[in-house]
Formats: sequence, structure tokens, C-alpha cells
Amino acid sequence: MNELPEAAFQQQVLQLAQGQDVPDWLNSLRLAGAREWREAAWPGRRTELWKYTPLAALRKRQFQQACGTLPVWPRDLPLQVDAIRLVFVNGVFDAAASSPAHAAVVRFSAADAQQQALIARHLGHVATTTRHLFASLSNALVADGVLVHVAKDQALDKPVHIVHVAVPQAEPVVVSPRVLVVMESHAQLELIEQFVSDSQVQNSFVNSLTEIHCGAGAQLRHYRVNLEQEQLLHVGGVHVDLWRDAHYRGFTLAEGSVLKRIDYQINHQAAGASAVLDGIYLPRNQQLLDYHTNVEHKAPHCTTRETFRGIVADEARAVFNGRIHIHPQAQKTLAELNNRTLLTSDRAEIDTKPELEIYADDVKCAHGATVSQLDTTAQFYLRSRGLSETQARSMLSFGFINELLQGIEQPAVREHLHAHLQRLFAESLPVTVTAP
Amino acid sequence: MLDIRNLSARVEGNDILRQLTLSIRPGEVHAIMGPNGAGKSTLGNVLAGRPGYEVTGGEVLFQGKDLLAMEIEERAREGVFLAFQYPVEIPGVSNMEFLKAAVDARRRHRGESELSSFDFMKLARDAAKRVSLDQAFLKRGVNEGFSGGEKKRNEIMQMMLLEPSLCILDETDSGLDIDALQVVAAGVNAMRDGQRSFIVVTHYQRLLDYIVPDHVHVLAVGRIARSGGKELALELEAKGYSWLEDEGV
Repeated sequence: MNELPEAAFQQQVLQLAQGQDVPDWLNSLRLAGAREWREAAWPGRRTELWKYTPLAALRKRQFQQACGTLPVWPRDLPLQVDAIRLVFVNGVFDAAASSPAHAAVVRFSAADAQQQALIARHLGHVATTTRHLFASLSNALVADGVLVHVAKDQALDKPVHIVHVAVPQAEPVVVSPRVLVVMESHAQLELIEQFVSDSQVQNSFVNSLTEIHCGAGAQLRHYRVNLEQEQLLHVGGVHVDLWRDAHYRGFTLAEGSVLKRIDYQINHQAAGASAVLDGIYLPRNQQLLDYHTNVEHKAPHCTTRETFRGIVADEARAVFNGRIHIHPQAQKTLAELNNRTLLTSDRAEIDTKPELEIYADDVKCAHGATVSQLDTTAQFYLRSRGLSETQARSMLSFGFINELLQGIEQPAVREHLHAHLQRLFAESLPVTVTAP
Repeated sequence: MLDIRNLSARVEGNDILRQLTLSIRPGEVHAIMGPNGAGKSTLGNVLAGRPGYEVTGGEVLFQGKDLLAMEIEERAREGVFLAFQYPVEIPGVSNMEFLKAAVDARRRHRGESELSSFDFMKLARDAAKRVSLDQAFLKRGVNEGFSGGEKKRNEIMQMMLLEPSLCILDETDSGLDIDALQVVAAGVNAMRDGQRSFIVVTHYQRLLDYIVPDHVHVLAVGRIARSGGKELALELEAKGYSWLEDEGV
């Protein structure tokens, strides 16, 4: 099918809102989102935030409203972890695959009056749409979602594990997973968000949005893993507000697909907040994977440490854009941004751009980006001990990201990804000739 | 064991080895000495199959097989081992995982089953002890942050684990203090069993006090200029290499 014109696409997607069954108290957010989405200029090649990521694939599909009944799926979850688990299949809640209800985790559709008020207060308020256009589409289409609420000084005894499974449908559908995390002061939480698909053939468009409010002294460990494959279109965003002395520890890993774009927006709203974000991107075949991160230092004495590593194989393309914006009042900021990419084929491509905007004079900021190929001397060394070329390449690739994997505190997540990636590298790394 | 006939090789367009001929019988230790640039390291690298080392003539038979026709890993699995002059640091790849993969590859090639993790650990711990490497090194990245001496001991440990038929030590003594040198030499000597052969490439006579060679060869301008017994090494130590020019080699 040919691409829809831009305006027609914007209009068509909005019409999906008509058929939704939505509680009244979400209406004002939906209307505001719809207005923003309708009025927004469609991002093209000259739009800086979308320069390397064409959205044409999106406009080639005619999206329908998801039917609301639970699709059939194999029900084998790739990550086994003792957790409060919620499973959604193409956005439809699968109660049988999920764990029993827990007081701290509730779906919007089941929220009581107090919880509704809490959602209304935060939903759409952590997320900013200025740098993340698709957040307004998420607002326009919000119908259900998950609220994770950790009260003051509380810690949940288990991690919260939210799984989004994509399965192919007769007609392409838009899925808008929405998560709101509200952590009151000194609350603690471990959150695992996982996106998987049951096969490479997919036709949905997942527009996910996660908003996180970390109150004073709150501590969050957040793992977000995107392993959907090939035909799936995913545009996702994580927006985090950090208040006084709050700590956010994020880990994100993604494989590529026809179009995958992930935004992280971290806001240091009050003094003493800190954020650590590690990321791994692994596009291959002809996939596209785009990470945009933006950290706003709006208060003094905050720290950020961001480390992204990527391996780009075959004819895949990756984009990494890391922006750190230090406002004039954000004195004594410590910020560090590091991005390293390994290209394992001559036709792989990375566009990497660290962007530091510093308006305060008493700060420490560092950034670095390197792009390299597999080390031929190291390959020779491994092969001279009897390892095959494929084994050597796979071991070196794994070594390139292993440090970040080993940094994952959650053992189940670490072991799952370790095993998954060893398999992935052993299977998929093609042997291509690279210049010495 | 090894028959090198008229071997010529080129690196980055420069002819380094010129019709080198050398024959090594099982159980023998051959020392290769010579001035810088004579081609000592090139010989080891050509035998191991290092990319960028282009063979322009001659042949090499290893246990009767055409060594130069083999891939790098095939040579290793057949039993050729090169202890690197500069062992490579590979952060993120655990030494243990690497060693197990190497030992398994060699065992599979010999038609043996892979070792269980438990059995391999035992073997590796024992080997580490024999070269006085702390066991913590097994868990670290390959050579990552190792000192010069630790890297060389790691090479000898790999040699012990892989049990090669032909060991090539490429300036293993360079950068070693006397204690480390003795540890390395003891490791090598323990592996001399009357069958295993060694090529010991070195710039200095010192190492040969500890690893006593059967034959000493002087390499100059890409070929063997002189051969003799272990006393030749002492003569070289006393005279240096300038006499080579006098003899018009």
C-alpha cells in the first residue's frame, strides 16, 4: 500500500478515538491530546528530532481500532520472575497470564475515586510533548493503563512486571500502552517493562508511554526491554520527574525493527536528584533503531550518568541522540554521557550525536562518542586458541556490552538477557569482511 | 614435527622472511635469536596464520600436513600454539569463558567430549596455580588490566590447558622480571615430555639459562645465518650481532 499523506494519516489515527470505550474522567486529557496531535506539524527530514528516522513505514498501514477481545497467543513468557505481573496482548489485559491483583497496582479502568484523582493529577503532566510528539497521540487515545502507586516510605515486596505482547492481527491496529508510576516520598520500587512479539510477522503500531513521578527521596529501578521483531512499529517514551534527592536507575535494551524509536526524558526538578541510565541497542538485518534521550537539569546538585552501547549489524541503522540541558540555576551539576557503537558490517550505520547545552558556570560535564569495528587483533587472538571465526566475533560482540549487562541488579532480568543475547549473537552474527 | 622449506613472507609490502628452512623433530627445543627486524616474530605469526602476513613462497609441513593451507583455528586445533609477544586485552569477555571455549574446541577436534563446567574449573584452577596466577584472574576479562608478567603467565596457562604439540614462544621473556621469568620457564619445562616441540623466540640469552635449548639458530635478514648448540647463545651474548655484518650475511 502507498503512504497516506501526512495530514490524512494524522486524521485517520485520531478517528480511532471514536470507537473507544473510555471513562469520563480521562476526557479532558484525550481532548487536549487530540488537539495537539491534529495541530502538530508532521515531522520530516528537516525536523531535527526526526532527521534520521523516516516515519513513512507508519503511513503505509491503514490502522483499525483494536477489537478489545483477547487475541490467541502462545502464553509462554520469556522472562520468569517472581513479581506482580500484568500481561497485555495487543493492549488487551490477559488476567489468566497475570498475577492476582495487588493493592499498589491497578488498571485505570478499575481505579477507585481516590486513584482516579491521583491519575488525573499526574497523567499527562510528567510527559511533555514538545520533544515527544507521539505523547500527544497517546494522550488522545488513552483509554486504559496501569497505575503503580507506592505510598510514602513504602517498598513493594516484589518487582512490578508489565509485559506487552504483540501478535499479528487481520488488520493493523494501534496499541497505546500507558503506565503511570507515582512514588511518594522515600518510596522504593523495582519496575520491569517488557515488550515482546510472538513472531517476526507483525502489523501493529505500538505507541507506548510511561510516566514516572519520583517524590522526594524515592528510589526506582526501572528495566525496559524491547525485543519485538522486524515488522512491528514501535514509538515509545519514558518521562521521569525526579524531586528532591530522588534516585532513578534505568536500564533499557532494544532490538531493532522496521521502525523503532525510543525517547527518554528525565527531569531533575529539585536539588540532589540523581539518574543513572544504561542502554543497549542491537539492530540487525535492515532494521532501524533510534534512541533519543534528553535530561533536563533544572535544579542544583543533581547528577546524571548515561552510558549507551550499541552493536549494529548487517545493513541496520541506529541513531543515538543524547541531550543534556543544564539550566542557569543548576549549579554543581555532575553529568556524564558516553556512547560507544560497534559496527559489525561494512554496511551498518550509526548516527550519534551528544548534545550538551550548559547555561550554568559551576558544573562538571563530560561526553564522548566512539564508533568502532570488531578488533581484528582480538579476533586473531581468539582464533589462534581454536575458536571459530563466528565464535570469536560473537564473543567479542558480547564482550562489548557485557559490562552494562553485568551492571543489572535484578538477577532474573540479568540472567534472562545474558542467555538471550548469547543466543542472538551465536545465531545471527554474519561473517562479513571488514577492513583491518 | 615441523618442516619449514624455503619459506618467504611479506608484511605490509616488505619481504621479511627469505627462503627460511628449518626442521624440528618431536621433543626438541629450538631457540631463534637474532637482531631486531631479522624476522623472528614474523616466523611465529606466519606459522599461527596471523592476517596481514603474506606467504610468498615455500611450504610448511606440520605433522605431515600442509600448515599454510589451514585456517587460523584449524592450526590451533591441530596443536600449534603461539604465545603472543603482546597478549591482547579483551574487556567484557571472561577469561574463564574464553579458556573453556578454547579447550572445548581442541577436545572436539580430537574427538573427545567437552568438559563439564565443574571439571574445567578444576583444571583451570590447577593450571593457574602452576603459573602462580591468582584464581581471581580466571573471572576477569581476558588480560584486562593484567600486568605484563600476568599476561605472559596467562599465555603459559593457556598453553598448559590446550596441550599443544608445537609451542611457539614469541619473546615471552620480554618485560619480565626474574621471578616471572622463572615461573614461565618452569611452566614450559614441565611441559617438555620428549614429544612436544618448542620454538623459543628471544632477543636475549637470559631465558635460555632456564629453558635450555637443543638447537640455537641465528636469524638475519629473513633466513637462518647460523645454527649450533646451546653454546651458540652464549657466544652471541658475548659477541652481539655485529659479526653478522662482518660475515656479510
